[in-house]
Amino acid sequence: MSGLRFLARRLAFYGATAAVAIVINFVLPRLMPGDPATALVARFRGRLAPETLASLRAAFGASDAPLAEQFLRWLGDILRGDLGVSLSAYPLPVVDVIAGALPWTIFLAGTSLVTSFVCGTLLGIHAAWFRGGVVDRLLPGVLTLWGSFPYFWVAMLLLYVLGFQWGLFPLGYATSEGQPVEFSFAFAVDVIRHAALPIATIVLASLGGWMIAMRNVMVTVLGTEMVTLARAKGLSTRRIMFAYAARNALVPQVTGFGMALGFVVGGSLLTEVVFAYPGQGYLLVQAVRAQDYPLLQGIFLVLTLAVLTANFFVDVLVVWLDPRTPEAR
Amino acid sequence: MSGAVDDTSFFTLLAPLRASLALVWRVPRARMGLLLLGAFTLLALIGPLFLGDPDALVARPLQPPSWAHWLGTSGQGQDVLAQTIMGTRRSLAIGFGVGVAVVVLGALIGIVAATVSGVVDTALSSLTQIVLVLPGLPLAIVIAAYLPSGPLTVVLVLVLTGWAWNARVVRSQALTLRSRDFVAAARVAGDSPWAIMTTAILPNLSSLLFSQLVGSVTYAIGAEVGLGFLGLGDVSVVTWGTNLYWATNDGALLTGAWWTFVPSGLCIALVGYALVLLSSGLDEVSNPRLRSHAPFVRFVTAGGGVVGQATPVVRRGGR
Repeated sequence: MSGLRFLARRLAFYGATAAVAIVINFVLPRLMPGDPATALVARFRGRLAPETLASLRAAFGASDAPLAEQFLRWLGDILRGDLGVSLSAYPLPVVDVIAGALPWTIFLAGTSLVTSFVCGTLLGIHAAWFRGGVVDRLLPGVLTLWGSFPYFWVAMLLLYVLGFQWGLFPLGYATSEGQPVEFSFAFAVDVIRHAALPIATIVLASLGGWMIAMRNVMVTVLGTEMVTLARAKGLSTRRIMFAYAARNALVPQVTGFGMALGFVVGGSLLTEVVFAYPGQGYLLVQAVRAQDYPLLQGIFLVLTLAVLTANFFVDVLVVWLDPRTPEAR
Repeated sequence: MSGAVDDTSFFTLLAPLRASLALVWRVPRARMGLLLLGAFTLLALIGPLFLGDPDALVARPLQPPSWAHWLGTSGQGQDVLAQTIMGTRRSLAIGFGVGVAVVVLGALIGIVAATVSGVVDTALSSLTQIVLVLPGLPLAIVIAAYLPSGPLTVVLVLVLTGWAWNARVVRSQALTLRSRDFVAAARVAGDSPWAIMTTAILPNLSSLLFSQLVGSVTYAIGAEVGLGFLGLGDVSVVTWGTNLYWATNDGALLTGAWWTFVPSGLCIALVGYALVLLSSGLDEVSNPRLRSHAPFVRFVTAGGGVVGQATPVVRRGGR
């Protein structure tokens, strides 16, 4: 099986997964006890326009139409990019509410994920190469202890000490009040100041995992004959370290990157909540508190699609790193 | 590893487990993890007996630690120490309960997928892959938002979203076991698929399942705390997660009331750390290559050797 066929199969799998997410969104309100549709409609009667109530009723299964027809209509809406109307931000469509918050989440989760992956992997390479050295002996223990704290609790602690006690960082939000969104130095500095603590939280919490995983694979690769041969050929240390050992140890690491995506999204959602960072996590909590089910489902769908897309890029990267057929890996 | 086990009594199934426990106890890290876990379990079991009702309003809100209330009072005026210890009981109960359920469900699905090949395997494996790739926390939140809030909801949601990784590992492990000679022998001897599952495959998976239990409890405690923090459990039921929920809700961070959120967080971290120690100790038993160089040097210079321990692997060729 060539790399392209492998990627095509993965793409089909992600399509199936997206379909499952859509079906979950359709089935959940219809499975749950207590008929959320009626409760929802009752709660918002008088506050929402009649046509919104009708579409709510349809979206949450209070319609009298047969299930198949309901599903097709629902599917058609989603494919047209219509996720319904948000109840907490009425009358804004769910899509607009999510789109407003999405860049912040991608910025926060993306930056912290890449930073911690790169730093952790480099530290792992170092620890495996100088096995028993200072980094190898001290860092895994320290980082593991640190990683045992819940993401959001570390966030609370950092916010309390660095933000509240010492006043070094702002206490929340992504930008200062009154700061216009523009391409300017002042805006960039403001954004970085606000993002520093959330990013530090996620990076510190996940660094240990990357480091230990890389160290362990790298130790195994360093024991192979390939590396002995490279030494015998008299190649430079740097070349053996990166082009031979690390390059091969990187494949499981990148695969792990795909696996960790969903987990990191979860951690970053909770971190956003602590810092009142206006991304998907903050939005999600607002949606839960306001029982804004259309928004809740929309966020789940968008996050799933984002994770699937990122997973596909990881697959491309794996094929590029290790062009052997998947069976031979 | 032993081959097929004739007698399927409970104790025979546990024998490899007991042997591996003894092996694990010799690794200092794992021993420390077990002791720490034991201490917390004890605290959870008998701690609440010595303290008053954690929900009672005992003093003015947000009082710093004092002799009357060692860890101060919460934003509602409850005793933080009593809340932390009651939280320990509930969170550990949910953590271990969910951990066991996740391991059992994962093992069941993994073993069935591996032994009953064909359409069943394809269906179960695809389901596993899909659940694995869906982002767990958002899925858990969406399901929990529709259910009546309470500890039972949290348990159900965490089991539903947490089994897939275990199922995947168990399936691949069971597949390699299935190709071994003793399983083929059992099949030739005419054993039923059920008998092969319980007598030939399950006993050989016991050490894997034990290490999965450690990982699953870690996952469950972290996820329970996360959901509780978001207010998705019942916020009136005291757990570590709801303690943190109330701490932020009552503005602990902005009033400087560190004592409302530090104790629960520290407990979570200590239990998490104990579990990580235990799991890395388990890894060390099963993969000697991971041992760092220093213990080996000590091992050799001390002239010691423990019967039954795996051979330490020497680092090749200096740096």
